[in-house]
Amino acid sequence: MHELSIVLGIVDIAATTVQKANAHTVDRIELEIGELAGIETDALLFAWDAAIKNTVLARAIRDIRHVPGKARCLDCGEVFDMHELYDPCPKCNNYLNEIIQGRELKVKALTVS
Amino acid sequence: MCSTCGCNQPADAVTITRIGGGIHNHAPFRALQFHLLGEEHNHNGHSHQPVTIELEQDILQKNNLLAQRNRGYFEAKRILALNLVSSPGSGKTALLERTINDLKQVMPIAVIEGDQQTTHDADRIAQTGAPVVQINTGKGCHLDSDMVHKAVRKLDPPNDSLLMIENVGNLVCPALFDLGEGGRVVIISVTEGDDKPIKYPDMFFSANLCIINKIDLLPYVPFDVEKAKSYALQVNPQLRFFEVSALHGQGMDKWYDWLKTQFAHFRDYQHIH
Repeated sequence: MHELSIVLGIVDIAATTVQKANAHTVDRIELEIGELAGIETDALLFAWDAAIKNTVLARAIRDIRHVPGKARCLDCGEVFDMHELYDPCPKCNNYLNEIIQGRELKVKALTVS
Repeated sequence: MCSTCGCNQPADAVTITRIGGGIHNHAPFRALQFHLLGEEHNHNGHSHQPVTIELEQDILQKNNLLAQRNRGYFEAKRILALNLVSSPGSGKTALLERTINDLKQVMPIAVIEGDQQTTHDADRIAQTGAPVVQINTGKGCHLDSDMVHKAVRKLDPPNDSLLMIENVGNLVCPALFDLGEGGRVVIISVTEGDDKPIKYPDMFFSANLCIINKIDLLPYVPFDVEKAKSYALQVNPQLRFFEVSALHGQGMDKWYDWLKTQFAHFRDYQHIH
């Protein structure tokens, strides 16, 4: 369950940001998680509660923005919704596609006080 | 919280051990940063008005930066590092043992072993005479670039060598963590399901090469090699395959040829092809 490592990474980023801003705590955290990023949201939420205890995120409101997967077919150029890494181009059935959206794994914004 | 992922792991849970050469210690090196702020604080004149900071920071940035540092070290020393990933029991260590025994006269090979517990794998590798360091991740389910960075310092692999990094047996978590490797090799064995590539697509997506191991058992199992390859190519159309038996040696020649070619190519161009 690598989601715990991911949450610990988020805690690290939040703590550094709080320190730099000379603040004390995080009120709200905005995350961006792509559909094709390799993260299970349920597992992330499961890890979240344990990992944020006694940290700057302990009382933060969590706002997760899910980014849908999109790819461009390298054969015919079709841009299509990709839900799994093995989804072919719906137009020409080609598997050689370039993912253009959905690999995001980001802390977008933090509201600190 | 869960038995596989390292929650509330004590600070000295990850250990790195040099096998052989008389050095054997378990120096702790990483503390999980759970308690970042004390209960008590003073305001020192700053206000607590909420401020929103647009960060746009990649969560894996810290791992990725350190991975790039490892990569720079490998390039400078012309070390081809391969990250070997698979489920537990697919034969990664057996593959390494045979490879080292067959190629150690051709190129220097050093090994980093990753497991939750024990030095069993590193002990097996040490028998081949190759320098080896064992990383024990405690409850951790994957290697990260920081662990590899510290293991490499302890291992001190020679210039112009091949560094095999055997990741923790796990087809899910290691996919996300760049270690700074020059190439990623995913291993599946025919005793697993031939639909593994689409059940665990992230690992196959990020690999350069797929080794199908234990082909000597094909007459006894329902594994369909062509089906497995076709699934893997759906996830990663550029993936290459070798079918081998690490135990009996079938097919290993092609893997060795690939290693020799990549080893030479990496020394000249700092990437594999």
